[in-house]
Amino acid sequence: MNESLLRELVPAVIGVLVRRGADFAAAEDAVQDALVEAVRVWPEGPPRDPKGWLVTVAWRKFLDAARADTSRRHREVRVETEPVPGPGEAVDDTLRLYFLCAHPSLTPASAVALTLRAVGGLTTRQIARAYLVPEATMAQRISRAKRTVSGVRFNEPGDVATVLRVLYLVFNEGYSGDVDLAAEAIRLTRQLAAKTKHEEVAGLLALMLLHHARRPARTGPDGRLVPLAEQDRGLWNTRLIAEGVDVLQAALARDRLGEFQAQAAIAALHADARTAEETDWVQIVEWYDELVRLTDNPVARLNRAVAVGEADGPRAGLAALAELDPALPRHTAAAAYLHQRDGDPVTAARLYAEAARSAPSLPERDHLTRQAARLNAQLRS
Amino acid sequence: MAKYLLLKHYRGAPASVNDVPMEQWTPEELSAHVQYMRDFAARLEGTGEFVDTQALSPEGTFVRYDGEGRPPVTDGPFAETKDLIAGWMVIDVETYERALELAGELSAAPGAGGKPIHEWLEVRPFLAEPPTVTE
Repeated sequence: MNESLLRELVPAVIGVLVRRGADFAAAEDAVQDALVEAVRVWPEGPPRDPKGWLVTVAWRKFLDAARADTSRRHREVRVETEPVPGPGEAVDDTLRLYFLCAHPSLTPASAVALTLRAVGGLTTRQIARAYLVPEATMAQRISRAKRTVSGVRFNEPGDVATVLRVLYLVFNEGYSGDVDLAAEAIRLTRQLAAKTKHEEVAGLLALMLLHHARRPARTGPDGRLVPLAEQDRGLWNTRLIAEGVDVLQAALARDRLGEFQAQAAIAALHADARTAEETDWVQIVEWYDELVRLTDNPVARLNRAVAVGEADGPRAGLAALAELDPALPRHTAAAAYLHQRDGDPVTAARLYAEAARSAPSLPERDHLTRQAARLNAQLRS
Repeated sequence: MAKYLLLKHYRGAPASVNDVPMEQWTPEELSAHVQYMRDFAARLEGTGEFVDTQALSPEGTFVRYDGEGRPPVTDGPFAETKDLIAGWMVIDVETYERALELAGELSAAPGAGGKPIHEWLEVRPFLAEPPTVTE
């Protein structure tokens, strides 16, 4: 049985239960229970209609839970008292579920957890492992998130931008545990892109594909971080790059630029260069200008300064960097790199060591320390 | 989310405001302290922010490699060690400000006289995974 095929059915099945009158939290629990049963019984007797099977079993689980709840609390089953929303809604159930799970009333971490469970169909344990927290903590995070959105109507219109931020967070978290979060983010974004023609959904999908394509080259066999310029481009996944470029070009053709399209365009220009030297830095700087215009994000400004250093020389890059807040994350690392390119290994080595001390991740710290060590060794000889 | 270590020191941190050694507390004050710590951890589990909590024995041994085929050398415990870790709590929170807020609450655990200890806790961010999108 293909687990990801099974999980693809989850949002639609939740949608059916909600339209039949189940509240979202109960529907989501019931579908999780049905998934557990599917994993148990399908290998011996796979159903001819997997979705129909899941709906039937999940509905039965829901009714069982609702009856138990009623007899426990002597309360009416809401199913029998609430009107069932009429058919013919414009927005489909899966899309509604994305909106609900990324509702602005949720904190980013809650929205991420709820999206992975209700839209992605992952178990609480899988999500907990991916985020390196105890299962009980993740269970609470998810049930609090469900309580937070319990008053939100399932068919309330939502903002695609909030969904994209959640999916971007999932993607950027990288990889830990038995679930590949980057691949899961791509699956969920691909599914979303099939439901909406929004240019930024395509932009984010392209961005993810183009970065994912480089993943085999991003780390060395010993786990070390390999910077873009030193990556073995033969390891890049050309199929994913081609798909990312296609998706991006179709989005850009609609002429409604957004930050994800701009970021994807930068990634596409890197992907397009056969060697690091062939990179079209002038165009990359232009895209960073767009990105800064669209977001006014200080991190985009920092990356722009590095790109200016490549396009117009390290002095120009350092001048651009000097206009930014030195407290920005990775500011010192960028300065170290530009000084190194400017032929000042003494300053570069000092700044690399300083950047290593404030690096936010272990692989980055190791990389920066190695850069400092390499320059210091050259200076000694 | 980001993980932070709330580090509790036996020695090495500035003195607490309510600085009375635990063996001078009443048994009820000790129970109230332990209960506060349990409740705090349970509450963080409820908010989805709890990762781990551990306490350490104050006495440890220093160990080092002593060459091929030789048993490791041990030394200590050193009574004069300046910095001594008592235990920790690991939290997973949205912001650095939230980490500070929780550390402040943990530092309010009751001690002698049932009053908050105002103990100094050290807040240290974990090194994370590098982001996927880098340029």
